[in-house]
Amino acid sequence: MIYLDNSATTPVHPEVLTMLTDVIEQCYGNPSSLHHMGVKAERLVEQARKVVAEALDAAPQEILFTSGGTEANNMAIRGIVEQYQGRGKHIITTMVEHPSVFEVFAYLEEQGFRVTYLPVDEVGRIRLHDVEKAMTNETILVSVMHVNNEVGTVQPIEEIGAILAQYPKALFHVDAVQSYGKIPLSVRKAKIDALSLSAHKLHGPKGVGALYLRKQVVIKPLFIGGGQENGMRSGTHNVPGIAGLAKATILAKIEQTRRMNQFQSWKEQFIEAIMDKLDHVVVNGDQTQVGGAPYIINLSFPGMKSEVLVHALENEHVLVSSKSACSSKNEKASRVLSAMGLSDEAATSSIRVSMGYQTEQQDIMDCVEALERVVPNLQQVMKVRKK
Amino acid sequence: MSIYLDHAATTPIDPRVKEAMDPYLEFAFGNPSSIHAYGRDVRAAIDVARETMAHSIHADPSEIVFTSGGTEADNMALRGVMVEARSSGKKHLITSQIEHHAILDTCEYLEKLGFEVTYVPVDDSGRVHLQDIQNAIRPDTALISIMVGNNEIGTLQPIREIGGLARERGILFHVDAVQALGLEEINVRDLPIDLMSISAHKIYGPKGIGALYVHKKVKMMPQMFGGYQERKRRAGTENVPGIIGFAKAVELRMQERERYREHLEKLRTELFRALKEKQIDFVQNGHADQSLLHIVNLSFPGIDSETLLMNLDIAGIAVSSGSACTSGTIRKSHVIQALHVGEERVDSAIRFSFGQSNTTEEISYVVDILTNTIQRLSKT
Repeated sequence: MIYLDNSATTPVHPEVLTMLTDVIEQCYGNPSSLHHMGVKAERLVEQARKVVAEALDAAPQEILFTSGGTEANNMAIRGIVEQYQGRGKHIITTMVEHPSVFEVFAYLEEQGFRVTYLPVDEVGRIRLHDVEKAMTNETILVSVMHVNNEVGTVQPIEEIGAILAQYPKALFHVDAVQSYGKIPLSVRKAKIDALSLSAHKLHGPKGVGALYLRKQVVIKPLFIGGGQENGMRSGTHNVPGIAGLAKATILAKIEQTRRMNQFQSWKEQFIEAIMDKLDHVVVNGDQTQVGGAPYIINLSFPGMKSEVLVHALENEHVLVSSKSACSSKNEKASRVLSAMGLSDEAATSSIRVSMGYQTEQQDIMDCVEALERVVPNLQQVMKVRKK
Repeated sequence: MSIYLDHAATTPIDPRVKEAMDPYLEFAFGNPSSIHAYGRDVRAAIDVARETMAHSIHADPSEIVFTSGGTEADNMALRGVMVEARSSGKKHLITSQIEHHAILDTCEYLEKLGFEVTYVPVDDSGRVHLQDIQNAIRPDTALISIMVGNNEIGTLQPIREIGGLARERGILFHVDAVQALGLEEINVRDLPIDLMSISAHKIYGPKGIGALYVHKKVKMMPQMFGGYQERKRRAGTENVPGIIGFAKAVELRMQERERYREHLEKLRTELFRALKEKQIDFVQNGHADQSLLHIVNLSFPGIDSETLLMNLDIAGIAVSSGSACTSGTIRKSHVIQALHVGEERVDSAIRFSFGQSNTTEEISYVVDILTNTIQRLSKT
């Protein structure tokens, strides 16, 4: 099988695996215990905190470990809103966020908050003047993802941060789950107050993530009791998971630029070949290396159904996805693609091809060939008319 | 020599558990929400794990919600039930003074939101009295939350009786069974339990995974949004290796429970025997018989527990004063304070908690070191 669904989840890197095994066998203490086994585990957690902090240009005490990206997003958004609701009742996000952000905003809307959902252009990017227009003196939170999980579009985080700097009441949260360890982002430079990340999207283990929270920002915690993570996130530390996240972070840094350039060139070759060999294909998102994540490719085949394509490719031993894994049980059109102005036909016929460290050029070319074998037949069955 | 007697804080992973997890760390890495083969394969594995978990407590698989651990399960149960109950005008919750901080701190938070909480007292052995629960019940009581066995002193609570009372009055009953899981027989069809928190890393499973049993009829507000996982009750990509490991740990504990209980009984007996032989002055905190077998909490009059703890640690012996979650901050034990047995006992309490690998030889060695240390500390 050729696995090209690395935006859903990634295989654990062998070196991360070795790390997990070592920690599980040798360092099983509870970091909250005062004895030597506790101290040993605590040291490991603090080392990991430094690694993650450094990757984000943050201070170690600004990193809080969580059970994953979804928890980090819920914790940041609900925690900030609950803490600062006295300052205003207006919050802003975009039409293309991950469900773990989007649904929290929907919940808060039900609770009486006024929510602005920023629209996006045809490649999936929000416009800075829409951000400016949406800002009010009542705005307490703006949440924008760094890299979109379906189409890979990169949002102008630094520019948004600069705008928000003029509104001291408004805090800035960034969902960096799809970009962490892949596309550099400095929380200092971009003036970010909170940022979510996850290990399993970066060849780390499932069940662990982190939230960067700027020193001066206080949140109402999601889990309480025990007082771990400065009282912001209680619960016994997942020590092997945390160490695994740090190891994955370190490994991701190695040859990061070279890998990203490589992904970009494979992506370009892939798109060129597809456009050349297949009819009725639409490439979604921003194709430039600055504007789109090099490791995510999103295509629509109007007239067909995403799920049918995914299963047909699976028969050809290529695994890709329809929309994001978190919303794949939802039969409706992709919310992200619809927000980009795509027709229902295009928004229900998309597939996502996403690369990871184990991906090789041949995998991408095999995927092209599989599509060549599968698509024309399906198009015939589905009676997709030739132009 | 290193002797670990802090199994109530956390346990190492059983090699058989690690072995069960390995395939899901090494190659079966799919996201269970993915519709392709890699996703479907791990989805099937999670379903089997959920069945194992459910089967072990006689629940239905749909009643198991996986969480990141016991703390999340406790938070989820209390917040979820109380927020939901508010719509029917109920705002009162009953718990005990000796619950884990995950419960007590959540109660305090709920009070700030306008809910009302009664903290029932315990007797000097740590037992909750049924009469106190009965007296605390009000027409607007939505939930009673009592732990099965205490994490610091081990005292077991009359769960069946409290649950019976709750059922009679149409009140939901939550138990924190984090320490009791796998040691005490828990059958949720037999015992009147509506919600139950459990955790893997206390029973030789991995850290970062736990579960909440939620009876089918219970409605609760989810605390995390953003995905269809766990029947929309808990969003987030499933911790697949964690879930597999948890189920394996539960399975092993079910198979080996009787043998494990015998093993713990032996260690307990040896501890008390050796202490008496050495004529060490001690008092047991907790209940002599109604106790979790792996926890023994003792006070050594005149000895400061932190000092004793550090001296034992230097000798390679890991024990704890209070629970791990409170020891990081060196808060006084709220549990032993609630026994009303005097400040001296609070300040001199040490928790020994046994595990699979401990031997009676280790226990006698620990008592030797303990004797020397106490004699030394008493002189100064």
